[in-house]
Amino acid sequence: MGLLSKKDTKLITDPLADNNPITIQVLGICSALAITAELEASIVMSISVLFVMGVGNVVISLMRNIIPSKIRIIAQLIVVATLVIIVDLVLKAFAYELSKTLSVFVGLIITNCIIMGRFEAFALGNGPWRSFLDGIGNALGYAVILIIVGFFRELLGSGTLLGIPVLGDPIEKTGLYAFGYENNGFMLLSPMALIVVGIIIWVQRTRNKALVED
Amino acid sequence: MEHVELFFKSIFIDNMVFATFLGMCSYLAVSKKVSTAVGLGAAVIFVLAITVPLNWLLDQYVLQPGALTWLGPEYADYDLSFLSFIMFIATIATMVQLVEIVVEKFSPSLYNSLGIFLPLIAVNCAILGGSLFMQSREIATLGLALNYGIGSGIGWFLAILAIAAIREKIRYSAVPPALRGLGITFIITGLMAIGFMSFGGMLTGGDEGAKKEETVVEVTTDNVEKKELANNTKINE
Repeated sequence: MGLLSKKDTKLITDPLADNNPITIQVLGICSALAITAELEASIVMSISVLFVMGVGNVVISLMRNIIPSKIRIIAQLIVVATLVIIVDLVLKAFAYELSKTLSVFVGLIITNCIIMGRFEAFALGNGPWRSFLDGIGNALGYAVILIIVGFFRELLGSGTLLGIPVLGDPIEKTGLYAFGYENNGFMLLSPMALIVVGIIIWVQRTRNKALVED
Repeated sequence: MEHVELFFKSIFIDNMVFATFLGMCSYLAVSKKVSTAVGLGAAVIFVLAITVPLNWLLDQYVLQPGALTWLGPEYADYDLSFLSFIMFIATIATMVQLVEIVVEKFSPSLYNSLGIFLPLIAVNCAILGGSLFMQSREIATLGLALNYGIGSGIGWFLAILAIAAIREKIRYSAVPPALRGLGITFIITGLMAIGFMSFGGMLTGGDEGAKKEETVVEVTTDNVEKKELANNTKINE
């Protein structure tokens, strides 16, 4: 770890668990939950956010001394919007089907509170390299939750992972289905995303009592 | 009739919070007290009612493929729709600032109740989401766009009002310590969303409503069939 000092490593590892953007900071829930019915969509969304966060944090951090504080929100929004347009066009070019599934939620990365929150809280006051690490760390924390939720929703909801059946064939009754197992179609509906995240929060706070709210 | 339908659809069936999870961040952060929730909710209705029609005009006359024909026939081939994110968010951010200034000047009492929430709203996903859904659902006229803006605003308002009231009450309940605060709020929202799904069958006239209903019905009949199948197999065994 010659490149990363201890403090820098903490920037990446902290948001993964104890300061997770979704379960602890309550940021970025908006665009996260609607697209987690499939694991693939969750992964693509995570990568998009990773790109926007990493690059955006560096850009804002480089510009932090020339942005007048009164119009900083508009300036930040323009930077994010530009990056999101790049992501959207790339998705449309190389993964058209997926960009249809994600529909407006790619655009909603712009108002993803994690991004604005990290700009405000970190990039405006720190140098580019540390901001980059902070962006990557928070985006990874977001990705972890998204992928866990996507994993359980796809596995329990349709019995597949990344579109590949893993529990056997529900029509021919092979694998688990031979024992009378049924897919829970309810997991594919949007309210279950909220409940799954609620359960993740429950587990996390049971393991780490320091996070419990009064 | 079209207006009434769209209005109720945007409040109940396509509820911003429960169906599309838009504006969840401020929904969770500002729902601890009913009074502040009302303030934020009112501000959201207000801003959505302004920005959705404005962005509709922008979409129709600037951004859509061929929208620039009013400038002259040579502009007919232009397709600026890739700029829509940046244009929408710029409109929203400037409108929010403008509204803040105007309200402060002309109605200080309204400013005192709404003012602190307005900056928060520029980055509320519900506002941008309203404009993006307006674009992707191809809402036909300016009147309908205004209607859609107000309707979705009211839907958001109802949602935050309900969760704030529940959170005020739940303080007196014995929630497991690890679930207190955020966890239980998520689960309650999930349960409320399931409740709101029952509105899905309310309207059958609209195309999209009908489609949605079909898929819901399909899911349920699917389950029924599966259950029947399972029962049959058991009997056969």
